[in-house]
Amino acid sequence: MSAPFAKLPRWVDYGLIPVINLLVAFLVAGVVVLLVGENPFQAAGILVKGAFGKGQNIAYTLYYATNFIFTGLAVAVAFHSGLFNIGGEGQAYIAGLGVVLVALNLDAVLPWWVNFPLAIVASALLGAAWAFIPAILQAKRGSHIVITTIMFNFIAASVMVYMLVGPLKPLSSMAPQTRDFLEGAQLPRLGWLMEAIGFRVRSAPLNVSFLLALFMAWAVWVLIWRTRLGYEMRTYGFSARAARYAGIGETRIIVIAMLISGGLAGMMALNPIMGDQHHMSLDFVSGAGFVGIAVALMGRSHPAGIVPAAILFGALYQGGAELAFDMPNISRDMIVIIQGLVILFAGALEHMFRPTIQTIFATLSPRTMGVPAAKGGGA
Amino acid sequence: MDALVQILDATLRVSVPLLLACLAGLYSERSGIFDIGLEGKMLAGAFAGAATAAVTGSAWLGLGGAILTAVCLALVHGFASITHRGNQIVSGVAINFIAAGSTIILGQAWFAQGGRTPSLEGPARFEAITLPGAEALRDVPLVGLIYAELISGHSILVYIAFLMVPLTWWVLYRTRFGLRLRAVGENPAAVDTAGISVTWLRYRAVIITGVLTGMAGAYLSVAQNAGFVKDMTAGKGYIALAALIFAKWRPVPAMFACLLFGFLDAASIRFQGAEWPLVGKVPVQLINALPFILTVVLLAGFIGKAIPPRAGGVPYVKER
Repeated sequence: MSAPFAKLPRWVDYGLIPVINLLVAFLVAGVVVLLVGENPFQAAGILVKGAFGKGQNIAYTLYYATNFIFTGLAVAVAFHSGLFNIGGEGQAYIAGLGVVLVALNLDAVLPWWVNFPLAIVASALLGAAWAFIPAILQAKRGSHIVITTIMFNFIAASVMVYMLVGPLKPLSSMAPQTRDFLEGAQLPRLGWLMEAIGFRVRSAPLNVSFLLALFMAWAVWVLIWRTRLGYEMRTYGFSARAARYAGIGETRIIVIAMLISGGLAGMMALNPIMGDQHHMSLDFVSGAGFVGIAVALMGRSHPAGIVPAAILFGALYQGGAELAFDMPNISRDMIVIIQGLVILFAGALEHMFRPTIQTIFATLSPRTMGVPAAKGGGA
Repeated sequence: MDALVQILDATLRVSVPLLLACLAGLYSERSGIFDIGLEGKMLAGAFAGAATAAVTGSAWLGLGGAILTAVCLALVHGFASITHRGNQIVSGVAINFIAAGSTIILGQAWFAQGGRTPSLEGPARFEAITLPGAEALRDVPLVGLIYAELISGHSILVYIAFLMVPLTWWVLYRTRFGLRLRAVGENPAAVDTAGISVTWLRYRAVIITGVLTGMAGAYLSVAQNAGFVKDMTAGKGYIALAALIFAKWRPVPAMFACLLFGFLDAASIRFQGAEWPLVGKVPVQLINALPFILTVVLLAGFIGKAIPPRAGGVPYVKER
């Protein structure tokens, strides 16, 4: 037992253990539902139906998933470089400024397909800028990036409240939000795409930023596993000392990883602002930056895991809204609990069931474990 | 003069939860367990405190309930980060979410008042204590005013919180437990070699963290306010974390950092929208963000350097 984690078959590592962790998280969530005095199975049924029951619901689920793909990828890119970016929330919030900068100035002049790329660049730039300071402080001064990104979340919140009750609010309005965008800054919905595959969608906010999110998931895969930079990032994340020995620039990796991470988090702002509400309001991120942590942990920081994990959380958000309708005792805050439990079991306690599973595997089939066959057999 | 005493009085009251949470974090982080979950434990404590006090009608039972709940969450953190050597940051984040969600869900299910607990009255709340002689001394200039207004007239938890500062200092620097606690945060292998259980030492630190965050929560919901309101900690756990870094993980500076951040809070409410000479109107958001900005500047090493306990955040593996 000297090595704490003996090798297990890949499908156990990337399939079975995450699924077990997830099941335990949902089991505990079921206990909370019981405590509230409702039937957990019935609740789960309503939730699944609310998330996937009709085309409309699926479109909503994917709309929420869009946010979480962006923030999940953001957390994952930082994870690969051994950094924990808790600041996705603040980076996405600040990136809203980039989106409205484009939208408010150009929505009457240019069509959406010109404004969209501009807004992508602007949001990514602002998100990256907000991640830059914690990154450079970590690289140059050794300030713990977790703490600085938390602090930057709060600073971002203050900045945005200031902007939305002050400079960005139209004079005629009382609500802390920008004016509504004109057509040039409204992203086209994807209802037609869903209808093309036979679903009926009346009006769901699913829009082209979902496609952007999928593209980014592919781009992150290419970056991390198919480029030299990605290799360096993974090396640094695996062992900072080995990376230093191999001549990989520490400052460069930390800063670039955080810029990409911040940029991805920033793009999340496109979806609610240009895709759905067509204005920027207070707290439009509403926790998506933190959901990204759960999504990245559940998806094992791989885009192929992050997209389904994001859809699962999208389903929880959409299904949770329906659930709150049918069971008033279970409000949407139930999702926050589930999110916490997923982070706990898939993240902090990810190795809890490993020793047990290892023992089971070692007894069932010693060869898969690389252990020489038992006693008399020799090897 | 009156205005100044009022602000300082408000400063004391708002810095108490910060101080308790900050000292809580101090025990945990000094033992090498980072704790991002102060906020969640405080929130859960506030809810449990108000709920228990509302049901039993006793503020002291409320305090007990708050402490018990916060200790349970602290033990979850300990289980994940000490026993299972999980990522301490991830575990802390998880606890914050679990607390944020479950306080609302359970509050709504049990009391059906939109996530609030019933309003607390009489013995279900910690009342202000008038110290002996406060009324008699009130007319004495300056000293009387300070004694009667500033020092007297707080709930018992305020006095306990400020007594915790010298007590923590004494525990940390003058007891065997404190020496070992500091050692295990710097070099757990050395502590282990000396035949002292790293696990048990860290668990004790985490439990103390739970007790203190529970008290901080109970102060919020049972003493300062008359009941629990959804998300009532509102980032105080993170401000406490900032104060802890600001104080470089030492108890007495922690008190001053909390008083400073408390003062900023109290002053920002008092001077909302006031015009200042030279600078003009200072946006209230800037003052709200000031604790965080100051902490980042400190972390950047521009005003002294904050060096965390060396083994902080690293799970201890006994042998390889």
